[in-house]
Amino acid sequence: MTSTAAPAQVPRRRSLFGTASLHGGWRSAFWFLLPALVGFVAFYLYPALRGLYISFTDWNLIANQGSWVGTDNYERLFDDRQVWESLKITFKYTVINIASQTILAVIIAVLMDRLTKSVTIRGILLLPWLIPNVIVALLWVWMLDGNLGIVNDFLGLFGMDPVRFFTDTGKVIPSLAGINTWRHMGYTALLIFAGLQTIPRSLYEAAAVDGASERQMFRDITIPLLRPILALVLVITIVGSLQVFDTVFVATGGFGGQPGGPANASRVIYLYIYQNAFDFNQLGYAATISVLLVAILLTVTYLQLKLLRAGESDLA
Amino acid sequence: MSKALWRLLAVLFACTLIAAACGGDDDADADAPAATEAPSDSDDMADEAVSIEYWLWDGNQQPYYEQCAADFEAANPGIDVEITQFGWGDYWTNVTAGFASGSGPDVFTDHLARYPEFVASGVLVPLNDFVDRDGVDTGAYFPGLAELWVDNNGNRYGLPKDFDTIALVMNAAHVADAGLSAADFAGAEWNPDDGGSFGELIRRLSVDANGNTGDSPDFDPDNVEVYGLGLEGNFGAFGQTTFSAFAASTGFEFLDVNPFGDSANYDDPRLAATIDWFARMIEAGYVVPIEDVESLGGTTVFQNGSAAVMADGSWKIGTYVGADTPFDVEFAPLPIGPSGSRASMFNGLADSINTNSEHQEEAWQWVKHMASAECQNVIGEGAVVFPAIPSAADIAIAAHQSNGVDVTAFTVHVDEGTTFLFPITDSASQIEAIVGPAMQEILRGQVEAAERLSQVSDEVNAVLGS
Repeated sequence: MTSTAAPAQVPRRRSLFGTASLHGGWRSAFWFLLPALVGFVAFYLYPALRGLYISFTDWNLIANQGSWVGTDNYERLFDDRQVWESLKITFKYTVINIASQTILAVIIAVLMDRLTKSVTIRGILLLPWLIPNVIVALLWVWMLDGNLGIVNDFLGLFGMDPVRFFTDTGKVIPSLAGINTWRHMGYTALLIFAGLQTIPRSLYEAAAVDGASERQMFRDITIPLLRPILALVLVITIVGSLQVFDTVFVATGGFGGQPGGPANASRVIYLYIYQNAFDFNQLGYAATISVLLVAILLTVTYLQLKLLRAGESDLA
Repeated sequence: MSKALWRLLAVLFACTLIAAACGGDDDADADAPAATEAPSDSDDMADEAVSIEYWLWDGNQQPYYEQCAADFEAANPGIDVEITQFGWGDYWTNVTAGFASGSGPDVFTDHLARYPEFVASGVLVPLNDFVDRDGVDTGAYFPGLAELWVDNNGNRYGLPKDFDTIALVMNAAHVADAGLSAADFAGAEWNPDDGGSFGELIRRLSVDANGNTGDSPDFDPDNVEVYGLGLEGNFGAFGQTTFSAFAASTGFEFLDVNPFGDSANYDDPRLAATIDWFARMIEAGYVVPIEDVESLGGTTVFQNGSAAVMADGSWKIGTYVGADTPFDVEFAPLPIGPSGSRASMFNGLADSINTNSEHQEEAWQWVKHMASAECQNVIGEGAVVFPAIPSAADIAIAAHQSNGVDVTAFTVHVDEGTTFLFPITDSASQIEAIVGPAMQEILRGQVEAAERLSQVSDEVNAVLGS
């Protein structure tokens, strides 16, 4: 709880970049950082500022021009039912995806830590994450298809009716969330596994001596001490989850279907932004929705870091 | 604040300026040659060939356009045609990206659903002056095709290259098993109330897992092996291969004025009755559920043997008579509707010129060649699509016939004058995004057709009126 307070013996800062003796270090660091900085400015900062500017215009993508319309796009945003509907779908996806992915990842990480040291098994768990998103989506579209999919063949062996994973309005979001859980759980487990290595073994040994069960050790040692890592993992995965696009686009539109379908049941916010920019040719309005999404992501991240006290550890 | 921080900020600022300046330079470079180099191009033409980039999406047609290009290059030694093909989805992304970046192809295959938006963005070259100068006869094509490419201001943006119509494609084995033949469909009648004799036919063609046909009282709609009628895909807003033929056979029209109407008729009760008929037939197990065709597409379902009959477009004839379809097919015309005649959407493609093209004169020469009988005869011999010039279309029909394929089911609509034009508006993609999902809800039985379509109608007309 107290680890963030600066210890008294650290000298007062003379400049923003530390003491005079560190100044030379900063100078060489600058040259090392420069290539990344140029990339950051050219590919992130400049496009972001330009995006902000475009959100105040009626930019036409095909003609590649637009004129200033002030806050018209922002006013439209608040009246646009579709935006809020898309956000609802995105949040639904995020909740299902993050809950299943995090729970599975923690279980897998603890199993990797406590039960097996096999590098092969750890490698296999990471495999789905190494396959490109689009391939994963295509793979699952074929496997889960209502008529031709192997999964439904398998369910049929048990006398079950075919399940329409991607074309049933109520099942499409859980199906998409499930696919991405499958893809990401190994990677998330690896991050958590790394976090587990920071927990001193002596705590488990002491608990074992006291006669604690595996379950008790998990609840009272692992989870509390894992909190800072979990907070980081949650921030990364939630931000990623809120930006889901490729899986939805491919799985619902890959074979001539309507991306975001059926009946807009999987039209996540990124897809709505894409539609506005590239289908409806309204790049200005698409940029406005993107600005809203940035605001939401910043808020979610800030709240999470605050609530989960990510900078602090119980290991004091 | 330290010097270092100021230096950092200065560098950041400089980088931003450089990035902005580079963007500016690119624009200037792209504009300059168009204005200044054009005259010198014609001087150089004798010794250096001008390269024209041409894009199309149909890979099946590419070999025949390569042939056209070879003939064209032989007649015009100063012009070199480069043909690039992309799949339908990538095609439009690439065309749009080309426009946005100030590049793209000189000439590209254009679609009626897309060109009005391009016209509104000012990226297509009007062809009127070229057409007048060279005395191109726009009356040489099937009636109606040439007029589709003229906007409300009288500007022409394309010359027709081909046309397509819709007909029924039938799994010959399923039809024979039911004791039926293509002839039974030729005279079939349809109405949205009880489906008429056409509805009777698809009932007889439906078979459940226990071998009961759709006209048996024991037919189990939840356990269907073969659906009487397949669906090519999503209904979408215009249902080119799905509902449009049925709706139009009741007298329904999509727009108040076509092309470029300012209101649509989605609240027409005849449309609601048509869509409602499909929803009821899906419920009853005679029409393939929309859920089953949304994922891998209706063509896959048909080729899988799960549907006996399906409406589809003439551009797919090759798919059905080719090796991809593991059984024999026959074609039959669409049923006769309450209006007393059949109806098929009549769609046509054309070639348009990009305003970014630095060689618009040469691009025009290539467009003119593709719209000529010389090139369209080559396309006709390929028997992939029907060319826009009647004599070339006859060559295509004969080529199909010599392959043992009877395509009169598709051409009967043109011969009898029972076609209606593809609805042309400048907001097709927005209309699609409004109507498409609503159709999916109706066909799932989640909402009632008339009520949902009247909501849709208001939303569509708000877009068209704006």
